[in-house]
Amino acid sequence: MGLIMALILTVDDSASMRQMVSFTLKGAGYDVVEAEDGQKALDASKTKKFDLVVTDVNMPVMDGITFIRHLRSEANYKFTPILMLTTESSSDKKAEGKAAGATGWIVKPFNPDQLLAVVKKVLG
Amino acid sequence: MSIDMEQFHQVFFEESFEGLDVMETGLLNLDSGEADNEEINSIFRAAHSIKGGSGTFGFQNISDFTHIMETLLDEVRDGVRDLTHDGINILLKSVDCLRMMMTATSEGGEVDEDEVKTNFEALQNILDSDASAETVNDTPVVSDASDQPAAGWKIKFTPHKNFMQFGNDPVRILRELSGLGELKGQVDTSKVPDFDELNPEDMYLSWDLELAGEVTKAAIDDVFAWVEDESDITITPLNSADKKSEAPQQTPSSTAKKPTASVVAPVAKAAEKKDKAPAASSSIRVGIDKIDDLINMVGELVITQSMLSLLGEDFNMSRLEKLQEGLIQLDRHTRELQESVMQIRMVPISFTFSRFPRMVRDLSAKLDKKIELVMHGENTELDKTVIEKIGDPLVHLVRNSVDHGIEMPEDRLAAGKPETGTIQLNAFHRGGNIVIEITDDGKGIDKDIIFQKGVEKGLIEAGAKLSDQQIYDLLFNPGFSTAAEITDVSGRGVGMDVVKKNIMSLGGAIETHSVKGQGTIFSIRLPLTLAILDGQSVSVGEDNYIIPLVSIVESVRPKKEMLNMVAGKGETYKLRDEYLPIIRVRDLFNIPDAKADLLEEGLLVVVEADGKRFGVFVDDLLGQQQVVIKSLESNYKRIKGVSGATILGDGSVALILDIPSLIRMSD
Repeated sequence: MGLIMALILTVDDSASMRQMVSFTLKGAGYDVVEAEDGQKALDASKTKKFDLVVTDVNMPVMDGITFIRHLRSEANYKFTPILMLTTESSSDKKAEGKAAGATGWIVKPFNPDQLLAVVKKVLG
Repeated sequence: MSIDMEQFHQVFFEESFEGLDVMETGLLNLDSGEADNEEINSIFRAAHSIKGGSGTFGFQNISDFTHIMETLLDEVRDGVRDLTHDGINILLKSVDCLRMMMTATSEGGEVDEDEVKTNFEALQNILDSDASAETVNDTPVVSDASDQPAAGWKIKFTPHKNFMQFGNDPVRILRELSGLGELKGQVDTSKVPDFDELNPEDMYLSWDLELAGEVTKAAIDDVFAWVEDESDITITPLNSADKKSEAPQQTPSSTAKKPTASVVAPVAKAAEKKDKAPAASSSIRVGIDKIDDLINMVGELVITQSMLSLLGEDFNMSRLEKLQEGLIQLDRHTRELQESVMQIRMVPISFTFSRFPRMVRDLSAKLDKKIELVMHGENTELDKTVIEKIGDPLVHLVRNSVDHGIEMPEDRLAAGKPETGTIQLNAFHRGGNIVIEITDDGKGIDKDIIFQKGVEKGLIEAGAKLSDQQIYDLLFNPGFSTAAEITDVSGRGVGMDVVKKNIMSLGGAIETHSVKGQGTIFSIRLPLTLAILDGQSVSVGEDNYIIPLVSIVESVRPKKEMLNMVAGKGETYKLRDEYLPIIRVRDLFNIPDAKADLLEEGLLVVVEADGKRFGVFVDDLLGQQQVVIKSLESNYKRIKGVSGATILGDGSVALILDIPSLIRMSD
């Protein structure tokens, strides 16, 4: 990271998870934008260039997998890391996410330190 | 960094309770066969969110319980399992159980472990019941030799051409590996094509690496976990490279994968927060558009204010018109702001209605009746306080309709009605009020029985002539029950009086209409809000009073010849064919300087409450206005016949007349 802190988009339909992710990342100095479903996230992705996207999988309106597929096809997001939040039981979801263009995943439940570790790993 | 996870708990509980409601509604819809895939999806999503959240925020028991529900729902969603009626029942009970666990956890109470166990086993039984669905294997974590640290590892890392297209970066991998131990290696550039053939988005490099140090194979697998499909990776122990090795060339496969974050210590321990008072402060969710409206209004108000203060700095009569214009604007903006603020407290009545499908379903099953519940106007908005207080009375009335209203299926068929009875819940605006109707197509109320019962209980005289409404009102007397036998569904006649009292305390009214053999309608009228009221201000002597507009039928200038004195009953006034008892505010409150003594000098405001009409005699009518209700109890003390006070534009205080209690006082 340079002087400018990375801008992260966090997508989750659960307000508590969104708040937790956002609070943790902001606490570590990142700029965070929240979105509550895939469609809103997609809209947000067009207004700003995010350095990292962290998205839930199960969401109303547009689910995480569809969102990742759309986002990855945008020229602006060809190489942007996209992480999905998933539960350990859904290994096919991981594969599905990868196929849609996800960079990797964070397994739920996770705590703030684990989240930060993964984010640091990706953003360098 | 340490983060206090407790700050997210309230939001988590709030959304989880909402999630439970979603699950319940969804399950009930599944039951009545009108479900589509989206319905199952939304049930699943709710369970999934609760599971994820509870795991994250350290409520392991809730997470475990939800997990098994989620597993079951997942199978249903994927179409490998059909949900039977019994299955839905068990899921509904599990929702209740989850709600109990959540309530206990959020308020610091005890979780009923037996209940949890029973439900958990019931769910497990469904899952085990047939082999139609293979039990979901939670990717058993293979703990093989890979957990054994070796002195070092030899890694061949060949990213595929499309490696970069997933946002991954070999530099990240190398950086992580070097974080594990001492990393040495060579990059293989032999595949890099000529410059004119090179696609900058493709990957042509590969690496031969040696990682020295006490590193487990699992740790290395972790580093490559995300990229195993986009690269060839071989990992071999350094020291055994030339020996016969048990797993010389092991490509990480999905079965041996062990994600970094799979082991999580619950962050909060239940015991730690024993002394913490439950966070009972209720919050309200407000749509962003409502807030935006509000901010807009405030903006307008600020502009008007600055305009006026500019005007005031250098005012002369020539600018009077400008001043008036500004004041009109101020008036408009204040009113709009007030409306916007009131809007914030408004919540749709679906908050209350949503519990009824479940209730009617359970009750009708218990009573062996067939009942369909139809709801309209769930989006009608009502003040939050009113919504909270109207819940119990509505529950009681719906129970009543199920229990006493709708007949047994065989009786219905015998009466030539469809076997399935219908209960309708309707909410809509009428005038400045909200009307909620509970309609059933049951047997109706038998006026004769009520009448007899009223006589038996000594509420009325045997020969009394009562209007239909007056007969129905007997139902709302304490201790009045007509059920031939008492059931535990609608209790023992306690309740209807409480229903009425609650509705009255909200400034509302309830009316009953019934046709024997065809059904009954209970119609509840409620004010939109409790904080502001439309009032008619009237003067008596030096004082002003406010009469709520909802109670006023009309106002008349009395004619002397219509006045009658009835022995023992005081004054009455003949209005058309009706004799109205007269209430003189002057006498009621001992106002010495009331101007109007003779009837024809004042005005008669005809009011209605409890189905009775009265004439309230005042000196004069002033204007109609919206008044903000201030509690008398908290600022002064309770006064009979007065429901509150308000501050008028000139700063004086006006009392708000409580019409129902006035009528009782003069009875």
